[in-house]
Amino acid sequence: MPYIPHTKNDVAEMLQSIGVNDIDALFDEIPADLIQSDLPKTPGRASEMQVSQILSRRASQDGTPLCFAGAGAYEHHIPAAVWQIATRGEFYSAYTPYQAEASQGTLQLIYEYQTMMTSLTGMEVSNASLYDGASGLAESVLMAVRANRKSKSKRILVPRNVNPTYRKTTNTIVKNQKIALEELDFDSQSGTLDINSLPETPGDFAALVISQPNFFGSLEDVDALTDWAHKHNALVIAVVNPMSLAVLKAPGSWGEKGADIVCGEGQPFGIPLASGGPYFGFMCSKQALARQLPGRIVGRTIDLDGKEGFTLTLQAREQHIRRSKATSNICTNQGLMVTAATIYLSIMGFEGIKQTAMTSHQNTQKLIGMLSKIEGVSVVFNSANFHETVIKINKRVDEVLTKLAEHNIVGGVSLAKNYPELENSLLVCATETKTEEDLAEFCTKLKLCLSNNENPGKS
Amino acid sequence: MSDIPTDLKYSQTHEWIEVNHDGTASVGITDHAQTLLGDIVFVEPPEVGTEISMEEPCAVVESVKAASDLYAIVSGEVIETNDDLADSPESINNGPYSDGWVFRVKLSDMKELDQLMSADQYAEFIESEEH
Repeated sequence: MPYIPHTKNDVAEMLQSIGVNDIDALFDEIPADLIQSDLPKTPGRASEMQVSQILSRRASQDGTPLCFAGAGAYEHHIPAAVWQIATRGEFYSAYTPYQAEASQGTLQLIYEYQTMMTSLTGMEVSNASLYDGASGLAESVLMAVRANRKSKSKRILVPRNVNPTYRKTTNTIVKNQKIALEELDFDSQSGTLDINSLPETPGDFAALVISQPNFFGSLEDVDALTDWAHKHNALVIAVVNPMSLAVLKAPGSWGEKGADIVCGEGQPFGIPLASGGPYFGFMCSKQALARQLPGRIVGRTIDLDGKEGFTLTLQAREQHIRRSKATSNICTNQGLMVTAATIYLSIMGFEGIKQTAMTSHQNTQKLIGMLSKIEGVSVVFNSANFHETVIKINKRVDEVLTKLAEHNIVGGVSLAKNYPELENSLLVCATETKTEEDLAEFCTKLKLCLSNNENPGKS
Repeated sequence: MSDIPTDLKYSQTHEWIEVNHDGTASVGITDHAQTLLGDIVFVEPPEVGTEISMEEPCAVVESVKAASDLYAIVSGEVIETNDDLADSPESINNGPYSDGWVFRVKLSDMKELDQLMSADQYAEFIESEEH
């Protein structure tokens, strides 16, 4: 069933009234050699029934493995009420509304989301969200270069223990603006950024990126790093796992002056893993930088009758007003994901996410204890972690992951591709969703995969 | 009819400049410009110490209607900015030639002043722009 409301007669009438013979004639200014008449790699048309059959068959192949992978997207329990409420007709719109002020309910929800995010990050301003954590970092880098009035530099210092996907995405977005991401190496013992290894005279740079926890799950000395960057007139961009903020120091309190810009991936708050998306990025900053913050911002105000209302605010930053000088070409937000996250946070409350964060932390510590007893497994870094860490195994990691998958276990994320020095290393994570039995199952099966019986002839 | 003091010089982008004997000058936007912009809510002046060049954007004035660039009326070094505008940007609406000054500059080329308009010329210019 085609979802086009015009009948053949409607179309014929419309064409006639503008004096055109057929629809193709409307496109005749496109040179013939540019028109791709067929799309050989795209399958032909199928009916709705056929498509749902194909997709259901494929979906059922996914299975529901026991997941110990994290690396930026985390499996947390989502209370059933979250999506039950988020998919109500009143909320179920994925887009910033046009004529925004006509949608007071949507604006109020975004305003409450912003309030929650500023409270978690210890910042003063939040935008209405961005696409994902990676583009959040890219926008933060662009913002830092614009906002740092003490430095004209386009250098950004980015530790290698910041999520490699975020670094790649950021580089793609900022490189054509001549912004250079300069890598800082991490300490091979701790996996963290060693404050003593940082140069005494780093030269002029616009910002330092600090990831807390870092990509390896380890906790950085955020206070010392923040003060170091500020001492050199640079801004501090914090990339944080929002769930960790329930138990770790808010970026607004890092060091003497606090981080300047905070961004990250919002997925842990009520968004299912769903093969990688859609997720949402969050971004907050200090009040002084609010006019450089990209994206939509909802404010609370009063109308002429003194009644409270919500409105899009500081729009002079945005492209429909500022054109080419806008803070960003971002003109949307992840409305539906933010709706789910706001409902998730409302249901969980601060105590709820604190418990979730603590249980995830404790489960991971238990898992580390159990894994380190297995022959052929060692823990790579000696630093404290939130709910994720790196282990090294004495077999080829890809083969072990494949074996584990046969036992219905996603055993972690292999690191060698992005970190050649971390060969045969796995990033593993145990959130609050993992039971004692789950942890034991993982260890038993990993032991089996590492034993010579399971994998003969390889070492 | 907008207020155009005779002792100032003007640019086609609606900035004014008042030159002192020591080669420094105060810069702001004209009464005509502030009328067009409406209520001004934010001003981002240049950093003290920046070198600005004539006709290049160097500051931003944001009103309830629009955000507009303020173009450097002359070249030189910014030596002082009007910090009071951070808390009371409406000074530009209330006194564009007095409390509403935006920054002070040390001119690098006095000859640039010859390219600017006198009060009469500016009056004629805005008249012509309106038609």
